[in-house]
Amino acid sequence: MNLLLFSLFREKKRRRVVELTEKMVVDGGDGHNCEWEGRWNHVKKFLERSGPFTHPDFEPSTESLQFMLDTCKILVIGAGGLGCELLKDLALSGFHNIHVVDMDTIDVSNLNRQFLFRGKDVGRPKADVAADFINSRIPGCCVIPLKFIHLFCFHVEFHIIVCGLDSVVARRWMNGMLLSLLVYDDGVLDPGSIIPLIDGGTEGFKGNARVILPGMTACIDCTLELYPPQVNFPMCTIASMPRLPEHCIEYARMLLWPKEKPFGDGVVLDGDDPEHIQWVYQRSLERAAEFNITGVTYRLTQGVVKRIIPAVASTNAVIAAACATEVFKIASSAFIPLNNYMVFNDVDGLYTYTFEAERKENCSACSQVPLDMHFSPTSKLQEVLDYLTESASLQMKSPAITATVEGKNKTLYLQSVASIEQRTRPNLSKTLKELGLADRQELAVADVTTPQTMLFRLCFTS
Amino acid sequence: MAATKASKEQKYDRQLRLWGDHGQETLENAHVCLINATATGTEILKNLVLPGIGAFTIVDGHTVTGEDVGNNFFLSNNSIGKIRAQAATELLQELNSDVSGNFVEESPDKLLDNDPEFFHRFTIVIGVQLPESTCLRLGSVLWSAAVPFLVCKTYGLIGYMRLVVQEHTVIESHPDNALEDLRLDQPFAEFKNHIQSYDLDSMDKKDHSHTPWIIVVAKYLEKWLSEHNGQPPKNYNEKEAFRQCIREGILKNENGVPEDEENFEEAIKNVNTALNPTKVPSAVEDLFNSVQCNDITSQTLSFWVMLRAVKEFVLNEGNGSLPVRGTIPDMIADSQKFINLQNVYRQKAMQDAATVSKHVECLLQSFGKPPESISEKDIKLFCKNASFLRVVRCRSLAEEYSVDSVNKDEITSCMDNPDSEMVFYLMLRAVDRFYQQHSRYPGVYNYQVEDDINKLKLCVNNLLQEYSLNVNIKDDYIHEFCRYGAAEPHTVAAFLGGSAAQEAIKIISHQFVPFSNTFIYNAMSQTSATLQL
Repeated sequence: MNLLLFSLFREKKRRRVVELTEKMVVDGGDGHNCEWEGRWNHVKKFLERSGPFTHPDFEPSTESLQFMLDTCKILVIGAGGLGCELLKDLALSGFHNIHVVDMDTIDVSNLNRQFLFRGKDVGRPKADVAADFINSRIPGCCVIPLKFIHLFCFHVEFHIIVCGLDSVVARRWMNGMLLSLLVYDDGVLDPGSIIPLIDGGTEGFKGNARVILPGMTACIDCTLELYPPQVNFPMCTIASMPRLPEHCIEYARMLLWPKEKPFGDGVVLDGDDPEHIQWVYQRSLERAAEFNITGVTYRLTQGVVKRIIPAVASTNAVIAAACATEVFKIASSAFIPLNNYMVFNDVDGLYTYTFEAERKENCSACSQVPLDMHFSPTSKLQEVLDYLTESASLQMKSPAITATVEGKNKTLYLQSVASIEQRTRPNLSKTLKELGLADRQELAVADVTTPQTMLFRLCFTS
Repeated sequence: MAATKASKEQKYDRQLRLWGDHGQETLENAHVCLINATATGTEILKNLVLPGIGAFTIVDGHTVTGEDVGNNFFLSNNSIGKIRAQAATELLQELNSDVSGNFVEESPDKLLDNDPEFFHRFTIVIGVQLPESTCLRLGSVLWSAAVPFLVCKTYGLIGYMRLVVQEHTVIESHPDNALEDLRLDQPFAEFKNHIQSYDLDSMDKKDHSHTPWIIVVAKYLEKWLSEHNGQPPKNYNEKEAFRQCIREGILKNENGVPEDEENFEEAIKNVNTALNPTKVPSAVEDLFNSVQCNDITSQTLSFWVMLRAVKEFVLNEGNGSLPVRGTIPDMIADSQKFINLQNVYRQKAMQDAATVSKHVECLLQSFGKPPESISEKDIKLFCKNASFLRVVRCRSLAEEYSVDSVNKDEITSCMDNPDSEMVFYLMLRAVDRFYQQHSRYPGVYNYQVEDDINKLKLCVNNLLQEYSLNVNIKDDYIHEFCRYGAAEPHTVAAFLGGSAAQEAIKIISHQFVPFSNTFIYNAMSQTSATLQL
């Protein structure tokens, strides 16, 4: 890990502390009238005492706590299982300027672990309720709930970003966002433009925590193979050869619902509507009976329809705590941060494995080099589309492909706007040659998995 | 009543998918004791209250200090000076109205003096930030009463847990990567008959392509055995040859080009594991040979009675094998073929379980207990999990701490690497000594740090000498432990809070396997280790 980063990070921090101190001299305010004796005793020992395991540049200082309390700005993405824990952990570690983003509202099934929410809060936005709870429980802490759109305006200079997301797509987006903020002077990365990203994930009794320094260490996309794509059952199994109760449920969800429209035209299956689930459950039972399949239950039905991942408080507590520890280390330099990936599993005893995930040379997100893609000129555009969606290292969702053809920018295929999709659909069955594409030319691809357009270089094979 | 049950199902849905309704029931019947409502303690309890344990009781004689409130989510600054046990109980209770929260404003030492049996009522006792003497006293009482004891400590950036339980049985260990129980190497009669009912050579393409891979392997294995003197493929070359035989069985079209037969591809892919010989796992063999399995009395727990019954089954009707598990993985096949094959295994599993049941009955009768003492349901569950049974046994604290029985080997071999997590265990022991000598922990105040380093070093040497441990502890660790000043940073407390709570849930529910017996977490390097002490 590059220690230069931390020197520059501390320099950035030191300048801000100086600014703040100057401001204080002018305003005469101290900002904190909710302190009490001994409040920060547990934290101060790590900020004010030297030790043999601190970062080489660490200097014990009474200013560090003030920096963390008053100046250091943390962004927490997600106010769910990990998010609630993160907010608590950060607030009690001395971070009092936190922004939190979450687009979800509270559901009853959250209450077994998302401890900032109560039964009376069901239906309210998670970010709002979480912020309120922390602010009232932790005097002086200022958690600001953000609406999603604000993320596009990164005016607020966050020092560190922590993610507690439940989607790989969202992670990749955030990852790409931070990569796009990097500044290069003559090809050299300006460490001041790096915003460290701490990312946590959990599933049942498993979890992981990682530290990402965009542009310097392995990013989300560098290790995309660690997130295996979701396995869907083959259509022919669902349609004509069910064997498992899950197949029967998918049959009801994917084939019967669109055909029978049980709740009216255009009514989409809502996994949170018990009536909808009940309908799917009944039809699944019928399907199962036809084939002598046992095991269809209401719980299984809900699990399959909503793609439910089991979750408990304990795993979220562990992973969030590990992430928050890393935030503390990076903000204070009190210790050398995790380098850079920890895996946790407590199914059998407690198991952790810590390793340095390596950057991928040709990473689709952070390598800055256009990726080569090899196709014969007689390949159809559909093949290119399939490659973008099915390749383990790209796993795009609905890529839009554009290219410069005969000097003009041409959209080859775009799925997300119906009219353009219709217009460009015929291109999918045309060959690359027919579309006017040349060897070694660049294709620009946009997708929800990356905020920045990705460049590919088309290499014709014979 | 019904409304509450339904809303609980909704609330606990995500965790019910992990430990089931029966697991949840054990939690709701549990009464957990927490000693000391420090940050570590309340974090542990939070992760037990949220999933809905029946009740908790906090035992804590301290009053709330400003420092306490600073790192504890369940203490507020207007409770400074008040009873810590009470203040924490209120805010923890508020998390979940299904749970009953209680507190006793008393130090554990006093309770041990006046009413040690107080602790007998609990499903598990969790002791946090306990001084050594209290810990050992409590350990002794709980050991005699066979109450599980979980010791936890957050010290600077180090987390420590010690599980003290004499014998903890696990039927449902839910292993991550369980091998299938397919019996291809020794097909039982009904399976053999089922295989006979297939004639791959006379099938039409549709049937051929939708025959379960298990049948395909079985058929080709039969052929191989007849051509190789009854010897199955053993080494890599033979298995390769066997895979090739299967590959050659793939139907070809008019031009001699192999068709797309996914089931055959599955068969080839699964050859390696499919040919694994069926045998009783060594861990289960060990259980068969243990005293508890062989000396059954009327006091014996049902786990051992069922195990003995399974052992009898293995020695008799099972012909050296455990009862058939009865499950098969999903595979490419048409519905009927798959269901029929699945039923062959299911029925055999039911049969075997019924046979085991008879053995259970015999055993129960032999010491005058009614056969209903152990239900069919429990026996079926036991048989299904026969390959995965686990028993965890931890040494007592007395054994760990006694000079005569200290685990020198474990300590010295770990310390071959002077930076192994074992060094933190030794430092925690040294710090306990410091506390015994000086009635305080090292480096609590800034002015103490420097001088305490030497004092702590004396404690370290004293410890190593007493136990004749020929290991070297680097000065850096002694310095660091003075730097910690017995701080309890919230994030380390929270990590331990999650870890300890889940171990407690494992003990209560008897599902998943608890650690044994010492866990060390190093937040500096984000590493951990499990030690046997």
